Amino acid sequence: MSNVAIRCEGLSKQYRIGSSQERYKALRDVITDAAAAPFRRLSRAVRNGSGNSKSNQDQLKAAQSAIDNSYIWALDDVSFEIETGEVVGIIGRNGAGKSTLLKILSRITKPTRGRARVHGRVGSLLEVGTGFHPELTGRENIYLNGAILGMRKSEIARKFDEIVAFSEVEKFIDTPVKRYSSGMYMRLAFGVAAHMETEVLLVDEVLAIGDAQFQKKCFARMSEIGRHGRTILFVSHNMSAVRTICEHALVIDSGKVVAQGEVNHTIDHYLAQFSSQSWIEGVETPTFSLHSVEVTSERGPVIKTFDPVQIRVEITPKTEIADPGLFVSVLTMDSRRIASLDLKDFMNLDPLRAQQKYELGFRIESLPLLPGNYQLEIHLQNSRDLIELVPQTYRFEVAETQVYGGRQLGSWFGNVGLKAQALVPHQVAEEQLTR
Amino acid sequence: MQSSVPSFYIEPSTRWPSLGLRELWEYRELLYFLTWRDIKVRYKQTALGALWAIIQPVFMMLVFSLFFGRLAGVPSDGVPYPVFTFCALLPWQLFAHALTESTNSLVASHNLITKVYFPRLVVPIAAVLAGLVDFVIAFVILLVLMLLYGIVPGWQIVAAPFLVLLAVTTALSIGVWLSALNVQYRDVRYTINFLVQFWLFATPVAYPSSIVPAKWRALYGLNPMVGVVDGFRWALLGKPESPGLPVLVSVIVVFLLLLGGLYYFRRLEQQFADIV
Repeated sequence: MSNVAIRCEGLSKQYRIGSSQERYKALRDVITDAAAAPFRRLSRAVRNGSGNSKSNQDQLKAAQSAIDNSYIWALDDVSFEIETGEVVGIIGRNGAGKSTLLKILSRITKPTRGRARVHGRVGSLLEVGTGFHPELTGRENIYLNGAILGMRKSEIARKFDEIVAFSEVEKFIDTPVKRYSSGMYMRLAFGVAAHMETEVLLVDEVLAIGDAQFQKKCFARMSEIGRHGRTILFVSHNMSAVRTICEHALVIDSGKVVAQGEVNHTIDHYLAQFSSQSWIEGVETPTFSLHSVEVTSERGPVIKTFDPVQIRVEITPKTEIADPGLFVSVLTMDSRRIASLDLKDFMNLDPLRAQQKYELGFRIESLPLLPGNYQLEIHLQNSRDLIELVPQTYRFEVAETQVYGGRQLGSWFGNVGLKAQALVPHQVAEEQLTR
Repeated sequence: MQSSVPSFYIEPSTRWPSLGLRELWEYRELLYFLTWRDIKVRYKQTALGALWAIIQPVFMMLVFSLFFGRLAGVPSDGVPYPVFTFCALLPWQLFAHALTESTNSLVASHNLITKVYFPRLVVPIAAVLAGLVDFVIAFVILLVLMLLYGIVPGWQIVAAPFLVLLAVTTALSIGVWLSALNVQYRDVRYTINFLVQFWLFATPVAYPSSIVPAKWRALYGLNPMVGVVDGFRWALLGKPESPGLPVLVSVIVVFLLLLGGLYYFRRLEQQFADIV
């Protein structure tokens, strides 16, 4: 047999828009609608009799477009195949249709058109702690939540100790969960879900919970599940998590699958759409015209931590420059200077001729910047003591990758990435301590 | 190697879905846990706890005995009025509570419905079953009351479990309609209390069905609770003497209501997650 775990053919899902405020109808509306219907039919009949066919067609068209406007295709003709044992990250902007896809695959909602075939039992984790009841104890909620997620009672009983140990709530297991801290609550909830044993697992943006240690544990657990030959679909905005856990990625945009492939390659191309790393608008300083600035990675379309990176600046001096110079600084977004490079420290530049285009720049062996946004500040030097600041900075982005292990690094981690290893821990001899 | 692994198809909504009873059976453990949760949670953080299961029918019995039995002089088939009405209040309360709970059940568990897949029928069924605990507690009080009045139930008491089941099924047969309707039209939520109150007077709880004029009997009998209450009274008190026909009518009406309700529910179920 083929080893395709999930096959989607032309899956489409239509939603009404503007219905979020009033999702359910009141009976009153239906009654008034029904009461008005015969009159509408009557007036249509009258119009049909008297009006010419052209105006009728116009009306039909107007009605059609009104329908088109009040509906939206959250998924539009989505087709793809996922093989058994693949771990696939689904990425895309908010509202692109990622969650709708998971909802259809987990059979919560029906597609409007198209079909899909899923091979194996499906466990879906669209929310952590679905069905937890605050009045029940941790122990009771494990059983309840497990049953809701589709686990058998015997299966939950077998995994019970493992779940409790994973969640680190041993002491509070017989306390109602309404007395839990939010961290404990989340850990327990994820603990139950992480021990589902279905062949296919659908996970929606739920790993961003708990503290750093627990996040790491969740990642490890996900990777472990993936290694056991189970198929995982993983929706996340956290690119470093997707890169760590998944082998493949699927990009969804406006309800359509726009790319599918190896995870790093696909994410790089996806991110490159949003982060332009070159600028071609001209900027004038008193003695230079600056044509373009470019920051590029030699490894791909986006810049990543520890990539070899080139910074190139194209300029034309307005007059001859006897003693030129280029000074480039990297700043954080709140304008703290992180690092600077002066071309004079690397070489002696020949004089630049007037009205000639020159490209100057640097190659950085390994860019030690953590993922995030930065800006380039450029100074051009036209003589030994006259330095002109380019009146504009250039924002560039270091894309999210796994730097240390794979979790998302907050701003408290600073800006500089260090290539580090942990020392091997060893016991210190007693006499050394008492010395 | 993958022969044991099931696979399934995902397709657009159909007009005539299957009843899905086999799948419902596969999810029986979830039904068990949801029922267990409802029971467990019901009297949490109340001072009187399970006493509430007794207080409600007992107070209604007192009020009915005073106004209908004593002041209005409503006949009671030769049985002491308090026992007569309390015996009917038990299946009635079971039904009324189960119906109200199941009607609101789907909307109340919308967080489950939008996040996890399972046969949605589990939700109203669990809500109905959870009411049985209250019934059992109140039933003990009934036996005590009968003892005080010196009434000993006859052999007919073996039929009581069947009639309890019928009361529960009656509630479910209407609950599946209303719970699904409630997802789409919240008007149902406001109608249900009114409906239950009205229904109480269309059921022989405070009076014997024998006082209903003969020409209205047929119509009256279409109310499935007439059969349930008369049957239950017969099982415990031996009165009315032959409730066979109303019970049979009840069973038929409930069966038809349930079958229609299940289809209606299954049809609407496909959109629950989108509109709840």
